[in-house]
Amino acid sequence: MSAFTQWFNERTPGLGAVYKKHMTEYYAPKNFNVMYYFGSLALLVLVNQIVTGIFLTMFYTPSAAGAFDSVQYIMRDVDWGWLVRYMHTTGASMFFIVIYLHMFRGLMYGSYKKPRELVWLLGMLIFLALMAEAFMGYVLPWGNMSFWGAKVIITLFSAVPWIGDTLVSWIMGTVGAAGLYVPGDATLNRFFALHVVALPLVLLLLVVLHLGALHEVGSNNPDGVEIKQHKGPNGHPLDGIPFHPYYTLKDLVGVGVFLIICAIIIFFAPTVGGFFIEHDNAIPANDLVTPATIKPVWYFSPFYAILRMIPSKGLGVLALIASILVLFLVPWLDRGKVKSIRYRGLGYKVALAIFAAVFFLLGCIGADLTPGWITAVFGPNADITSIENLFGRILVILYFAFFAFLWVYTFFGLERTKPVPERVTTHA
Amino acid sequence: MRDMTLRASVRTLSALLLALAVAFAASPSAFAEEGGYPDANINVHDQASLQRGARLFMNYCVGCHSLKYMRYSQMAAGLGLTEQQVMDNLDFTGAKFQDAIVSAMPEADAEKWFGKAPPDLSLEIQARGADWVAAYLKAFYLDPSTSSGWNNTVFPNVAMPFPLWQLQGEQVAVMNPPEDGQPGTVKGLKLAHPGSMTPAQYDEAVRDITAFLAYVSSPDELVRSHIGAWVVLYLVLFTLFALVLKLEYWKDVH
Repeated sequence: MSAFTQWFNERTPGLGAVYKKHMTEYYAPKNFNVMYYFGSLALLVLVNQIVTGIFLTMFYTPSAAGAFDSVQYIMRDVDWGWLVRYMHTTGASMFFIVIYLHMFRGLMYGSYKKPRELVWLLGMLIFLALMAEAFMGYVLPWGNMSFWGAKVIITLFSAVPWIGDTLVSWIMGTVGAAGLYVPGDATLNRFFALHVVALPLVLLLLVVLHLGALHEVGSNNPDGVEIKQHKGPNGHPLDGIPFHPYYTLKDLVGVGVFLIICAIIIFFAPTVGGFFIEHDNAIPANDLVTPATIKPVWYFSPFYAILRMIPSKGLGVLALIASILVLFLVPWLDRGKVKSIRYRGLGYKVALAIFAAVFFLLGCIGADLTPGWITAVFGPNADITSIENLFGRILVILYFAFFAFLWVYTFFGLERTKPVPERVTTHA
Repeated sequence: MRDMTLRASVRTLSALLLALAVAFAASPSAFAEEGGYPDANINVHDQASLQRGARLFMNYCVGCHSLKYMRYSQMAAGLGLTEQQVMDNLDFTGAKFQDAIVSAMPEADAEKWFGKAPPDLSLEIQARGADWVAAYLKAFYLDPSTSSGWNNTVFPNVAMPFPLWQLQGEQVAVMNPPEDGQPGTVKGLKLAHPGSMTPAQYDEAVRDITAFLAYVSSPDELVRSHIGAWVVLYLVLFTLFALVLKLEYWKDVH
């Protein structure tokens, strides 16, 4: 131990122990595969959003009159402003790509099962906070899709019994030209405060708790084997390796590949054809001109499709909430003892594949890609609405059916699992 | 053992590179602009095209349309022109070099004359796409039923009279026969009186104006692609070094 380290340790009681517990003496299973990169990548994107966000905040004006101009000011007059903003917009979309893959990993390998239920719940809370964070961030540039997106989403609160309309007025807080509440100056200011201060704090706290809970019980792995059950004479798991340096270095390779993908997007196609930055947001917010189709950014589109496919607004909002809340219940819906998809029954494998496909197709409906497909398949005179509704409603049923199936399949012992090995089987 | 680690790492890396290839292939082409307009075929890296487009814009468009998010000085840098060249040839509004490109037409008058103030075109390409703008500039035809005497197949009943008619000439509509009591729809456009340009020259002019507007929409594009290649190259090298380091450390994992 160097003199400096000793001097430092004497003055920071517990800090060295924390570092050891979470880095050099946190034993992670040695058989992590590609799917295990996305946790650390999510942390990287969070840091990126905070750092680029701080710089954007220095030049952004949170007012209905100034917001749109200030974004163009950042893009054109601020040195490297375009780079910082594209890093932030690309980061927002990449955040969801990484998080969706991270959640899918959890479903693949049963990472939500005992003893990791709390890790999953905290992760779901992070997902909720992230959705709120992303929605409010999307409103800030005050383009026309920002405005209409805010209007549509805030208006969903009118489905709350008794106080719904009051709630909508309270959130919007701005009286428009027609004497009605609309998204405006007040909305923009409160969303700005929530986006740059409140929700990032919540996110950081939840991330600390998520990691704390994980490190208490230890990481799962692609075999779904508890490595703590086989410890060597030194008390460390036989199939475990210290997180640092092994996984810090492995994750560094993942970070490199991830950054290459991000750089290609940022420098060569930052709007990704209107998916990461939408065309209608190049038009300033205007409550008199409705965009041809109001749709949220791609990462909300599966949930938006569920809302749209239900004919009643109240039921649609309930289905939207249920589609997210049901994910919280997964640790208790799934009664199966086998964690990893490698040793689970065929039924689970098929169901998870269908669920992933359904989520993707719902996303295509929510992103308004389906009308083009329908005319391509059924001809130009096809009744787009009814075909889309039929297709979409089947998908909504299949989405919820996955969770019902999961419970029936495992509760009544219908699953035929394979024997789970005692020790992890591969490493890479 | 080492072999296996290497092979597994290569597999991991190739899976991620495949994802990268998919993402890259999907981004510019697969998500091409909607609407089914012909490809505007512009090149914002063709400086001569941007300069010709700027000249056309300053001669025919800036009388009504502003580019308020673009300064003359920034345009000079992007187009590779000197301050003198811009002030002499492209600044017709009496603006200073550092000023934004703003139309001299008062907004109140514009609303009186056209029913609607001509929109700022700084972000027109981002909002509508280059293909739309190019198609729109070729789609004007004479129509006595409108107040301006002009109509447009891409933007029906547009308020704007056709400013480039001296260049393209006057097109007239070829109508479909009326059906079920409904008036006939426009089948196609025909050049009735040629302008000062041949159709091929006019297509070039539209390409130049569209390229200029695309540059104005995202001036960062000129810088981005140049830096981008170096950033990606750096990251590839970084990743390779990280991989070598990782493999070295993982040698003792069995």
